[in-house]
Amino acid sequence: MKKLLVFLPLVLFVLVASFFFYALQVRKERPVSELASALIDRPFPEFELLTLEGESINRDALVTGEVTLVNVWGSWCIACRAEHPFLKELAESGVRIVGINYKDPKDAAIRWLNQYGDIAEFHIVDRDGRLGINLGVYGAPETYVIDAQGFIRYKKVGIVDDKEWARMGPVYERLVAEEPEGDSDA
Amino acid sequence: MIPELGHLALICALVFSLAQTFTPMWGVRQQSAAMMHAAVPLTLMVFLLTFVSFVFLEISFLQNDFSLVYAANNSNSLLPWYYKFSAVWGAHEGSMLLWVLILVGWSLAVAVLSGNLPTEVRAIVLSVQGALAVGFFLFILLTSNPFDRMLPFPAAEGSDLNPLLQDFGLIVHPPLLYMGYVGLSVAFSFAVAALILGRLDAEWARWLRPWTNVAWAFLTGGIALGSWWAYYELGWGGWWFWDPVENASLMPWLLGTALVHSLAVSEKRNMFKRWTLIMALFAFSLSLLGTFLVRSGVLTSVHAFASDPERGVFILLFLSIVIGSSLLLYGLRVKDLKASPGFVPVSRETALLINNVMFVLMCSVVLLGTLYPLVIDMFGLGSVSVGPPYFNLFAALIFTPLLLIMAPGQLMRWKRDSLGRIKWASAFAGVVSLVAALLLVFLLSPEFSPLLAVGAFISLWIVLHGLSDLRNQTQNADSFFAGLKRLSLSYWGMQLGHLGVAVCLVGVSFSTALTESRDLRMAPGDSFDLENYHFVLQEYRLVRGPNYSADEGVIEVTKNGRFVSEILPQKRHYTARSQTLTEAGISGNLWRDLVITMGEPLTDGTWAVNIQVKPFIRWVWYGAMFMAFGGLLAVADKRYHLGAVARDGEVKS
Amino acid sequence: MPKLFLKCLAVLSLMLISLGAVAVIDVHEFSSEEIRERYDSLTEELRCPKCQNQSLAGSDSPVSEDLRREILILLEDGRSDQEIRDYMRDRYGDFILYNPPVEGKTLLVWVIPAVLFFIGLLVIFFVVRSATRNAATNVPDDLKSADDEFINDQTGNH
Repeated sequence: MKKLLVFLPLVLFVLVASFFFYALQVRKERPVSELASALIDRPFPEFELLTLEGESINRDALVTGEVTLVNVWGSWCIACRAEHPFLKELAESGVRIVGINYKDPKDAAIRWLNQYGDIAEFHIVDRDGRLGINLGVYGAPETYVIDAQGFIRYKKVGIVDDKEWARMGPVYERLVAEEPEGDSDA
Repeated sequence: MIPELGHLALICALVFSLAQTFTPMWGVRQQSAAMMHAAVPLTLMVFLLTFVSFVFLEISFLQNDFSLVYAANNSNSLLPWYYKFSAVWGAHEGSMLLWVLILVGWSLAVAVLSGNLPTEVRAIVLSVQGALAVGFFLFILLTSNPFDRMLPFPAAEGSDLNPLLQDFGLIVHPPLLYMGYVGLSVAFSFAVAALILGRLDAEWARWLRPWTNVAWAFLTGGIALGSWWAYYELGWGGWWFWDPVENASLMPWLLGTALVHSLAVSEKRNMFKRWTLIMALFAFSLSLLGTFLVRSGVLTSVHAFASDPERGVFILLFLSIVIGSSLLLYGLRVKDLKASPGFVPVSRETALLINNVMFVLMCSVVLLGTLYPLVIDMFGLGSVSVGPPYFNLFAALIFTPLLLIMAPGQLMRWKRDSLGRIKWASAFAGVVSLVAALLLVFLLSPEFSPLLAVGAFISLWIVLHGLSDLRNQTQNADSFFAGLKRLSLSYWGMQLGHLGVAVCLVGVSFSTALTESRDLRMAPGDSFDLENYHFVLQEYRLVRGPNYSADEGVIEVTKNGRFVSEILPQKRHYTARSQTLTEAGISGNLWRDLVITMGEPLTDGTWAVNIQVKPFIRWVWYGAMFMAFGGLLAVADKRYHLGAVARDGEVKS
Repeated sequence: MPKLFLKCLAVLSLMLISLGAVAVIDVHEFSSEEIRERYDSLTEELRCPKCQNQSLAGSDSPVSEDLRREILILLEDGRSDQEIRDYMRDRYGDFILYNPPVEGKTLLVWVIPAVLFFIGLLVIFFVVRSATRNAATNVPDDLKSADDEFINDQTGNH
């Protein structure tokens, strides 16, 4: 037994080294780790805020029985411009998108939408970021997929493009298939 | 031309390193004295070539050769010359060249200063050093070459050294730190030599001790300097954050400290040898692991070199081969030792055993805490954090009992002692320390602070026991001073080192418990009072530096009406990188630091300002310096001198 | 070319990294000393969700500012420290806690040191026990190289 104990350091080292080789492989595919969302499978938080048009809305306006992409953006966010064309494609193919205008002055936001086009059903104005905090937002762009009952099922930190849609798309499709019949807002 | 010559020198160094690796080792196998002795001139050649290579890189920087990619990325013609000089090691490629220069420097030192070593031992030690150098040369030449050119269109101007690095800290911290990190390679090589030759005796420990102590002293100094640099550079009063990169330097230090102590037992009593051996292997392995963690991109840290996984694979392969083969060698060659002379529970050996176990435990906790989030992430289990609260807790849990034992421990005799012999000294120390600690807490802090009380108690406990030992050591002499004169440098090294621990502990506990910090708005003319100091903001003004312009605040500090100092925090704007940097204004003396930092200008014309009073903070680094000097003093002792007669026979020629 | 790109990326990331190290100063009004101290300690214990490795206290990113403000609101609202931690953990997950919870995914990071400590105690016990036996059987000192004077020497007991 004592004989084998002398090899313990070697064995421990081999385990640690193997782990590191594995970690490097993972790192190559995933350069920066995303912070996993703490809100997966939990209901979208309650809120009472205004839209960009000035209307009062709350969670009921968001949860209408239809699977929705909630996109966090701001006119200050450069990457949001990059993702906009792809979101436009999604909207045109029937995906319901709601925006959260995050920590943005209202006129800057409206100007931005006029310039780049508005693809969302409406935008929730989160001026001081408190809705963002309840969602665990820490920057933009971020996109949540919520199901027909208003549960958060997926979160993407960063740009939604076709590469990302390869992962987000199937989740969306699956949730749409689970939508109850005849409940969606026309 | 110069970069090409530097590149060429590096390639030649690699070639000679290969010779340095194989020739002496083969010489040992063939029992050829000539081949074994060849290790020395080969080591010298490698050093000279590496040195030349490094000098040529320096020349390129000093001459603003921006056709060199590395210079273009890290330097600028407006940069003061001393920053150009140190910018060479400001990023990955150049710092690796510095690393390998220091490695071959240590090899040369071993080659030149090891007259008392048997030829075989020296041959293997230098051979292993050569192998390490080969790995690093390959790494540099294949993946991280500082001599890459960007022809045919050289940059007109460089992108400047990162402003955070444009500081005295960059000039001294990396070289000092690397001297420590890399110096542990000598311990590693000696351990490998012991395993290959099958000789692990007290003499081996005596040979190894000076090298380990010096490397450890440098590492202590390097880490302390890094901490001090972060403190005054980052300006929010913190000096240790348990960041992965900091931990990467702490782990070799923790094992190195255990090694330094374990060597004492191995030398004196010919015991704990396997423990010493495995720690010698692990200490340098952790240095290598640290290099990997910091440069491969697996860990996130503000200090990390922004490197890429490709390089990470190379380093990992290299370190796997080095560490893996050394541990395999350990398993195969470490022999069942004869029954050791033994010792009883109350003895110096037991105290040192506890010391070893505690340091290894702390090192394991640091390793666990640093890697845990990575493991969770890699297995897709989510994201967790392990930060200062965790590490601070374990540091307190582990070092408190350790230091409590260390104090009476240093009084203990070898092999057999009794608590009865020291019980009065300890009781005295205990009572005085307790009373003094409570008094200090009462005087210094408005409310009872356990941290302050425990810190004060343990520091005094250590010092009083140290004095008690001094008394014991001199009691048989004609006079106290005659007794003191008889004490060896080795002994003073120990006293100084342990005193350093006490001083550092005061710094850590007192500053943490007593620091006061306030954020406020200040406009010219505003004043603020904190801890009996009166701060008056006199004005904001614009100042110019060689490659920056700055908004500077001028704050006059008085205490009870008497002038204390003028503090000048700045917000610097570096032109080359359009980067803004906060430069804290610090006025410090032995008893406290006053730290003032400027934040953002606020809308009403005032500035956000942070003012801190930090008592005893400098003791943290003074304590570390005492420890480092203690380590050096301990091996200035005559018995380690080069002239010491070789105890063992030479190899047959 | 890709090599050059990677190097530029390295420089860029180094630049971005350093921006995070700028000291951050929020000027808040605190209703009491106790609240100020709790604020200081909570903002150091909680991690900035988007930075490389910084506490909420040390980061000047917008989300950190928001979270610090949120903490102040919760503190003034009378919530306890643990309630505030739970609040943050609810929204940002375990990542935001620098002090890992003693449960769930981070349980092992607490259990393993306890186990190691126990193993350490066992090691000390067994080594001392076997050494005591050796000392009792009077095995002759195996010190062919070190001089006797080194042991328990008045001048060199180390």
